[in-house]
Amino acid sequence: MQKSSSSLGTTAQSEQNEGIFSGLDRATFDTFNSSDYVEKFSRGLSEALIRQISAEKKEPEWMLEHRLKGLKIFLETPMPKWGPSLSNLDFSKICFYARAGEQASTKSWDDVPEDIKNTFERLGIPEAEKQMLAGAGAQYESDTVYHSLKEKWESLGVIFLDMDTALQEHPELVKKYFMQCVPLRDHKFAALHGAIWSGGTFLWIPKGVEVDEPLQAYFRMNAPGMGQFEHTLLIIEDGAIGHYIEGCSAPKYGTSALHAGCVEVFVCEGAKFRYSSVENWSRDTYNLNTKRAIVSKNARMEWVGGNMGSGVTMLYPCSVLKGEGASADHLGIAFANKGQNQDTGAKVFHVASNTSSKIVSKSLSKAGGISTYRGMVRVAKGAKNCRVNTECDAILLDEESINNTIPDIDIADDSAFVSHEASVGRLSPDDMFYLRSRGLSEEQARSTLVNGFLDPITRELPLEYAVEMNRLIELEMEGSIG
Amino acid sequence: MLSITNIHASFENTEILKGISLTIGNNETHVIMGPNGSGKSTLAKVIAGHPSYRVTDGIISLDEKDIAEFEPEERAHLGIFLSFQQPREITGVNFRQYLHTIHRAKVLNQAGKTLQEARKDRSLRKEISPIHFRKIVDELTPHVNMPSEFLERNVNEGFSGGEKKKSEILQMEILQPRLALLDELDSGLDIDALRTVCKRIVELKEQTGMSILLITHYPKILEYLAPDKVHLFVDGQIVESGDKTLAERIEAEGYLTKK
Repeated sequence: MQKSSSSLGTTAQSEQNEGIFSGLDRATFDTFNSSDYVEKFSRGLSEALIRQISAEKKEPEWMLEHRLKGLKIFLETPMPKWGPSLSNLDFSKICFYARAGEQASTKSWDDVPEDIKNTFERLGIPEAEKQMLAGAGAQYESDTVYHSLKEKWESLGVIFLDMDTALQEHPELVKKYFMQCVPLRDHKFAALHGAIWSGGTFLWIPKGVEVDEPLQAYFRMNAPGMGQFEHTLLIIEDGAIGHYIEGCSAPKYGTSALHAGCVEVFVCEGAKFRYSSVENWSRDTYNLNTKRAIVSKNARMEWVGGNMGSGVTMLYPCSVLKGEGASADHLGIAFANKGQNQDTGAKVFHVASNTSSKIVSKSLSKAGGISTYRGMVRVAKGAKNCRVNTECDAILLDEESINNTIPDIDIADDSAFVSHEASVGRLSPDDMFYLRSRGLSEEQARSTLVNGFLDPITRELPLEYAVEMNRLIELEMEGSIG
Repeated sequence: MLSITNIHASFENTEILKGISLTIGNNETHVIMGPNGSGKSTLAKVIAGHPSYRVTDGIISLDEKDIAEFEPEERAHLGIFLSFQQPREITGVNFRQYLHTIHRAKVLNQAGKTLQEARKDRSLRKEISPIHFRKIVDELTPHVNMPSEFLERNVNEGFSGGEKKKSEILQMEILQPRLALLDELDSGLDIDALRTVCKRIVELKEQTGMSILLITHYPKILEYLAPDKVHLFVDGQIVESGDKTLAERIEAEGYLTKK
């Protein structure tokens, strides 16, 4: 049933009761390990903490300076005046840096401490790695605990490391690209990230190498009130091809947690890269994440993402189409359940001629949840014959839920071809009756229609991850009668 | 098996069924004929439990059990199947997977087990496995002369009128109902397809002993599905019931003379 798609991924018409991630349930995400270790770490942010982190990591001087500059900008910059309220986010209560042990990142799951290994096994990571991945990384709190790349790819020169190790082993390469795509002054949380970042992924695919299996990193927060600030730096050299998948989760405690990661992607000339993510943080989490790609001549960037779980999300993956003939796809799913505010979207800057972008956003709101599509598209003057295509569809699952669509499109060159479509609706009662008359429960019927609605996006994920996404949606749909 | 007594039903406060009574026995075929807008489809939807239609009076009982308040899926589990006049297109849902889902829902319901429980039971696990179902569905598609490529498409999406009806009968065969409500089965089917589909329905009826309530405008279909009883439906009421000869008379005289 697997067909190959025109793009990097494989199409997933999944047989949903099979596979690595099909058994996921609430307990998978909410089961947590003891977090006594957190007591050793302070809460709140200070210069002393930043100096301590940098020293512990034995970082070069420039990185410490970068961190301190980030802290300064963070403190100077006011909170954003738009988007969801962040008033309940108390920085003094967040644990910005915590290590669950003294363990360094390892290449063998056997060397990962038992309880942490069990966590990732429940999440299906080692199994996925065995079956289908070119390499995998796993981060727990502020530390990468596992990182490994298959020999086959290593021998072709691919570098896939945790960020801290990459900084030690490839300092020049890291320095050349680190926060050049997302500068510290970009916004308050980019500055915070630059100050406090820890862990994350470094990927470098050399010229012309086509990595045809996905690479994955999984980010797990465990302790209450954690902050996680992993840095992901992905460099795809000329003509290279790659696909990187990120998964995230955290148990629910009832105290605010903060995720302010940063993803920087450099897609060099003629290269092709796909970044897929399934973000399933807990209701406690403020997910204020920054993701951006710089796309060179004739290169292609594809973002495929699902946002569920977190209490507040502000996430707008961005593509800067700076080379002629560059293109970007932004495919996103957001699910806003009770008490959730999912403010997501996309940003595309058409700087060069003959660049094209496609944004497809699908959102669902349930039980009073708020989903917002916020999109920004710019076509620069002198960028000729650009194509901009935006499509936002939303389903409200009940009367009390909310969807907003806020497109901001500014075209400075008349030669551009621009289309924008948006729809908001409900599930059709006749479709519901059709499915129920075949013996599906109301809940199953809703899930079926919702999975169908999201299919244009989930089908772009590799089979196993499409199953995972459908399963997560199913969990969100539970108890939706009303 | 099905007994309807003095059913009144409305849609958005307009009364459409105005006191219908009808009894269908095991393995019988009943036909309802009548002009457009007389409420024939409404009767089918009301029996299947469409929530947009409100039953204001009367009893619908299946094997002496009053089902008027039952949810559509509960009625499906009791063996009622409605073949839609205009089957819905379900965007983004793979047809084969969907068929597997409805098959699995039926198996689980009959076993009285949840999916998690069924996975622990060896024989049930096999019965609901995609691999096992693949065999079942590959055997069934030729019965309605449906090319297997259709299984890889979305449910009814882009199907012609006739293909949609074949899809309905394929689903019916998977679910093996006790009572099939066939709403305008003949619309959209060309004569060859109609013959194929009717032949299969007759075979199924013989094999399973199911009963049929067929709604149609055109007596032509009765050449393939021999009725035990024919009812003439006008303005939300059954005005006359009889055997096959009533259909012949309607064909000769039209509906309006019967009012």
